[in-house]
Amino acid sequence: MQLTERHKEYWRKNITITAILFVIWFVVTYVTGYFSRELNELVLFGFPLGFYMGAQGSLVVYVVIIFYYAYRMNKLDQEYDVAEKEG
Amino acid sequence: MATQTQSQFNQALKKYYSVYTGGFILFVIILAIGEQLGMSNRAIGLSFLFATIGLYALIGVMSRTADVSEYYVAGRRVPAFFNGMATGADWMSAASFIAMAGGLYVGGFNGLAFIMGWTGGYVLVALFLAPYLRKFGQFTIPDFLSARYGGNIVRSVGVFAAILCSFTYVVAQVMGVGIITSRFTGLEFGVGVFVGLGGILVCSMLGGMRAVTWTQVAQYIILILAYLIPVVWLSVKVTHFPIPQLSYGYALQKVTEREKAINADPKEQEVRAVYKQRADAADAKVKALEKDGDAYLASERAVVEKKLADLKAANAPEKDVAAAQKALDTFPKDVGNAGVAWRTDTRNNLAKAAPVKAHGEAFPGKDEHAQDVSRWNFLALIFCLMVGTAALPHILMRYYTTPSVREARQSVGWSLFFIFLLYFTAPALAVLVKYDVYHFLVGSAFSELPAWVARWREVDTALISIVDLNMDGIVQLAEISMHGDMIVLATPEIAGLPYVISGLVAAGGLAAALSTADGLLLTIANALSHDVYYKMLDPKATTLRRLTVARALLVVVAICAAWVASQKPADILFLVSAAFSLAAAGFFPALTLGIFWKRATKWGAILGMIAGVGVTFYYMAVTQPWLRSIFGVTTPISDNMWLNIEPISAGVFGVPIGFAVIIIVSLLTKAPDIKVQEFIEHVRYPHLKGDIDTRAA
Repeated sequence: MQLTERHKEYWRKNITITAILFVIWFVVTYVTGYFSRELNELVLFGFPLGFYMGAQGSLVVYVVIIFYYAYRMNKLDQEYDVAEKEG
Repeated sequence: MATQTQSQFNQALKKYYSVYTGGFILFVIILAIGEQLGMSNRAIGLSFLFATIGLYALIGVMSRTADVSEYYVAGRRVPAFFNGMATGADWMSAASFIAMAGGLYVGGFNGLAFIMGWTGGYVLVALFLAPYLRKFGQFTIPDFLSARYGGNIVRSVGVFAAILCSFTYVVAQVMGVGIITSRFTGLEFGVGVFVGLGGILVCSMLGGMRAVTWTQVAQYIILILAYLIPVVWLSVKVTHFPIPQLSYGYALQKVTEREKAINADPKEQEVRAVYKQRADAADAKVKALEKDGDAYLASERAVVEKKLADLKAANAPEKDVAAAQKALDTFPKDVGNAGVAWRTDTRNNLAKAAPVKAHGEAFPGKDEHAQDVSRWNFLALIFCLMVGTAALPHILMRYYTTPSVREARQSVGWSLFFIFLLYFTAPALAVLVKYDVYHFLVGSAFSELPAWVARWREVDTALISIVDLNMDGIVQLAEISMHGDMIVLATPEIAGLPYVISGLVAAGGLAAALSTADGLLLTIANALSHDVYYKMLDPKATTLRRLTVARALLVVVAICAAWVASQKPADILFLVSAAFSLAAAGFFPALTLGIFWKRATKWGAILGMIAGVGVTFYYMAVTQPWLRSIFGVTTPISDNMWLNIEPISAGVFGVPIGFAVIIIVSLLTKAPDIKVQEFIEHVRYPHLKGDIDTRAA
């Protein structure tokens, strides 16, 4: 099976999307995690921000990342005609 | 059902589970009415136990199957939404349900490592694994390793790693089942274990993955209702607002104010001084022991013996005699044990003598160095839990069961969403309970303790004990010792809910433990029956024979797990956390490089997996007290530590080494042939014209 240029482009786009989402995941987890002490100085609605990110904020971002990835990739499959056929 | 289309099947599932949820709520309401009419607590507990386990068994019997693909991957027809629920139940164990909120209560900010670690890992599953494994479309994780890297050696390494991490995990679940049933029904621990196990086996043995999937969906519904109802109620009680995740900021502020007041209270300082004295006394014993060794130990023993004899001679109350007898029975056997016991004693008392830490404070520590150590350990633990999540075979296996790659991607989203519902509630629960304890228990009179305290004190003093150390008749915070495990189970009573809700919470905890145990047992039995028996020993076996072997092995593994659990191994909690580090180091590098790097070779993968698990295990063996004693390691722990990382996070070394070894060895060995290239392309594209087919028959 020979891959066409379009197939290769599909894979490159997939890698780009994956990499961007991976970086967001990394920043939300480790960069905000590292600076939790400093973020805690900020208090919003009673929540110190560093604590809030660990307890709730980062979780919301994770859920959004995954649903966005599913949405984006499923569309990309269609665009590049590599989607599974129904049935 | 074979004639149904996928969308008709979806509709039918929605109908079944709506009726089921309604029926379950009705059942709870009937029991609530029963309670008002005088039904006993024990009867309510037993009703929940037998009704839910009977229900799971019924689903199991209804889903029985003689088809290989149904048995191993539920026929690959599980819609994304329902696979998400099943994964949620598969994932959330007794530890998530019972221990996590308790860990947050006790540990404050540090407990958040589990919240983030056990959710963020799904991002890795979604981005790097689930869609590709689904396209590959066979039955187990070793299947993938073997197909990608070729041969049975890599399959065997995969089987070994899968069993290693799944077995320790399943033992902990079975223990959880025993503890919950015995606490809420009065049955003995051993009986509880076997009742629960019977439920698991009826379910998974007849229907394999198909039965486990549909039972897990049912279990998810029960466990999430059981978790949310008491917290919402408590939130209304404390903040007058029914969405605890939004409103507990208010409670957290009040808790922070109380922490300051408590630390300034002279009465609290009195109590802490008592602990300081005890710590000093224990420390003096340690020093004397170091100096005089056996002679000192003998003289200490004589003191304990004399006290017992004196009490007996003076006809002291039975309680005092029993306490003295217990002190003698538990007296350390030799100098080594005495040193460990008394040092622990010193540490525990010193901890109680310290002022309360602020709940939200990140990386507490006495100086900058201690804070940095705490910070790096926090991040390392998150790393291990996340990568471990993305490497546990019983979770990855679930993404083989969706109808398509498309649905596999969405299914990870639903999985995390359903897990998220519980995980983002747990921090709120911990703060709300803390609010209640700091405001209503602390400062109350010993003669008028709240009812829930009195009741739980009777259950087990290890869970909660309150002693008036400074004899002022008022409860000080430092006088309360609370075990994290009781927080979730006691929440309904703290919130002032009827007993039926306590029964519901127990049923939820049981569902969490059973559903995880189901998935794990199936993973282990499948690794043995499919990977070892069918793929390696007897590839010509008939369908009937394969399924018979699979079912028989399931029973054997279940009995082994129950036997180990009935021994109540002490360090099981450590083993469970260790499973994450081991899975992370063993599977994650080989799986991801196998998909994203065409150059990765067979020997790279084999050596990388061995090196990853080996380094992780070595680090644990030289730094974790229990493993050290098994392997006879005597060098000081501090000499063996790398970067002050705790043994629980050993994967932080194992994972990079696993990656490095795979990359280096792969570059040194011959590139994989064209067939492997084709295989990788096949896995990367959901659909290619003229593509090869790797699906299992």
